[in-house]
Amino acid sequence: MSRGPLEGVRIADFTFQWAGPYASTLLAYMGAEAIHVESSRRPDSSRRISITTHRRYTGLNQSPVFNDINAGKLGITLDLTKPKAVKLAKRIVEVCDVVAQNMRPAVMERLGLGYEALREVKPDIIYLSSSARGAHGPECAYVGYAPGFAALGGLSHITGYPDEPPVNMAGEIDLASATTSAFAILAALNHKQRTGEGQHIDLSSSEAISVLIGEVLMDYDMNRRVQSRDGNRDDIMAPHNCYRCNGDDKWVSIVVSSDEEWEAFCEAIGKPEWTKEDRFCDAHSRKQNEEELDRLIGQWTISHTHYQVMDILQKAGVAAVPSFNSEELYRDPHLKERGLFTEIDCPAGGKQIVVSPPWKFSVTPVTIYGRGPLFGEHNQYVFGELLGMSNKEIKSLIDEQVIY
Amino acid sequence: MAKRALEGAKILEYTSLVTGPYCVKLLADLGAEVIKVEEPGLGDKARTRGSFPGDIPHPEKSALFLYLNTNKMGLTLNVNTPLGRKIFKELVKWADILVEDKAPEVMEELGLDYDALKVMNPKLIMTSITPFGQTGPYRNYKAHHLNIYHGSGLGYITPAQVSDLEREPLKGGGFAGDYFSGLYAALATLGALYAQGETGLGQHVDSSRQQAIINLQRVQAAAYPNEKVNPRRTARSGDTSGMGGIMRCKDGYVTATLVEDHQWRSFCQLLGHPEWWENEKMRDTYARGEAYREIEPLISEWMMSRTKEEVYHQCQAVGCPVVPFLSPDEVVNDRQLKARGFFVEVDHPKAGKIKYPSAPYQFSETPWSVKRPAPLLGQHNDEVYCQLLGYTKEDLVRLREAGII
Repeated sequence: MSRGPLEGVRIADFTFQWAGPYASTLLAYMGAEAIHVESSRRPDSSRRISITTHRRYTGLNQSPVFNDINAGKLGITLDLTKPKAVKLAKRIVEVCDVVAQNMRPAVMERLGLGYEALREVKPDIIYLSSSARGAHGPECAYVGYAPGFAALGGLSHITGYPDEPPVNMAGEIDLASATTSAFAILAALNHKQRTGEGQHIDLSSSEAISVLIGEVLMDYDMNRRVQSRDGNRDDIMAPHNCYRCNGDDKWVSIVVSSDEEWEAFCEAIGKPEWTKEDRFCDAHSRKQNEEELDRLIGQWTISHTHYQVMDILQKAGVAAVPSFNSEELYRDPHLKERGLFTEIDCPAGGKQIVVSPPWKFSVTPVTIYGRGPLFGEHNQYVFGELLGMSNKEIKSLIDEQVIY
Repeated sequence: MAKRALEGAKILEYTSLVTGPYCVKLLADLGAEVIKVEEPGLGDKARTRGSFPGDIPHPEKSALFLYLNTNKMGLTLNVNTPLGRKIFKELVKWADILVEDKAPEVMEELGLDYDALKVMNPKLIMTSITPFGQTGPYRNYKAHHLNIYHGSGLGYITPAQVSDLEREPLKGGGFAGDYFSGLYAALATLGALYAQGETGLGQHVDSSRQQAIINLQRVQAAAYPNEKVNPRRTARSGDTSGMGGIMRCKDGYVTATLVEDHQWRSFCQLLGHPEWWENEKMRDTYARGEAYREIEPLISEWMMSRTKEEVYHQCQAVGCPVVPFLSPDEVVNDRQLKARGFFVEVDHPKAGKIKYPSAPYQFSETPWSVKRPAPLLGQHNDEVYCQLLGYTKEDLVRLREAGII
């Protein structure tokens, strides 16, 4: 069997919820062995409830959300408030390359599992701490979740309708923060591969959002301009919007980025005369008369399905793509051919369909290796095989509620 | 001299606008050595996008280009000529990694597809970033940021809550989606680089911008195949979850995410209503329901009598995740970002000194840094063509006259 690009890398993951755990899940797609450390004292909340649908799950092994966010990882249980558990955690770290944690600042230090303490047992460890505002600075103890990262980061302020409040953003922000963590860990792994040196990484989830609007922040520094929400529109290009199509809540996005495309667009929708009209003849005029232009285009799109619009305009060399819903993503012929979805086992029984990794590697396969771990599923493997403990030892630690 | 995490990695970049340049910037800022190829004349399209100092367009002063191209050397090369392609291949031999964002058919027509290039450099990693990936019926379709945001399904559920369901679904602000997909491509590239370090093997990495964004909304995207439901934008008034969400205060908005019991309890106490916590009907974070509706006006009154900063600090002082929506000027002046040194001033020969965001990660051993500002168009032609590839000054004159560089 061919090996994933990170085969041989091992991660001890002390994170919970979404933004934390998904970082090591991404690395597990690449073949790393990620060990998710949980505890009965505080099981990962996504085992109990879906934060998006608010659906509750009985027991700890029923949640498809946890299964998805942690697919391909191993799961163990340790009650880290007990000194014996901390000792075991350190032994696990000794056989790992990476530690990731997103507890509130100083919590891991208090448990004896801070960077300095773990560097003593594993000098070349890579240790990622992620938090809402970073591990130092006056607001390092402040707490936040995904909507807060996007709010503090400034992205929400420029997302939304011009005449409405900023948009509260959620899941995509958690996973963007997780992806940033995975990137930082992998950069440190590349450094370690070359030099043998580990290090600490202090990651701020709100800064992970601010870097996505760099040019907007620089505009303020250069021109004292405070950019705000502008729906789907662009500063320069028009048409540049989402237009209603035939059907229930069906929409298509259309962008015309040059005069050449404008001519092709007008020809394709049967309005070649628009190219001659003063109000639309060049990019500047189109932007000036955007309201009217959007209204007229909407009159054409409404009598077509969004797929028809995509077909007609892409044939003419114009960027048009539907605003897809979940069912359309599932049925789309292109995404089917791309293998958008992967089927994994669902711990509750049956199968579950999850989104595949967004890349294809030609040599070292990147894939979802399996479902998420059951609660404590890999205690035997980790304590027995990796740490070489006897069944008797493991059993007594379970009885003492250390492995718990 | 400080160590750099990606010291020694050599990257050839042939991309423009946001996704590709951001992917490579992430690597360049951590120490990779980057040569960026631009078309002679206009160069990267981001040069025309702005914003510009004083709003005066200038190809060397676009904030978008300046931000996305730090730590790169720049050269001009016309790959539409046979000699241009020959030079491109010489650069491929130099590189460990090629990052490109052209339509698959374009690279094939140029004879610069992966199969052609790996012959020249078997350990080459080639990261191809395209709207829809290298395969499938849409592989050569055009798509801009707006199209990708909607084509990934993330637009369809944005905003999650709206006051008018008849309004159009929305993209994320600025180029957020393109930055997201650039980040995914950078992550994949580092994965391939790690494998190259272990095995010496190169490979082709096919990175789809559409799939990157679908990945970010992975739970919602898989709702239909699993549960036969389509998540969509919902009416704001229909929310009784009671986690909080957006609330108006004296001078703006805050967002509350009160998911844990202790947070809800502290919140009730802070607002002077410990009896809310005692009320069993409101104990369930996700279903505070009608009882919550009744107390909403009181919460709103408390918020409206305070600025968002006051709300923020008072709530955080008792451990409540309530956070203000910051506008760009407020982000630039944020005390936490100042204390962390998040903004760095970069001096550029044409654009002058501007504050740039740095990075969201602080490495203890291999710090993020800007060693050089974004390149002027063709700034490093002499250095790369003469010193690296061995062309003479006379060759350069001829190449320039022929429109190749």
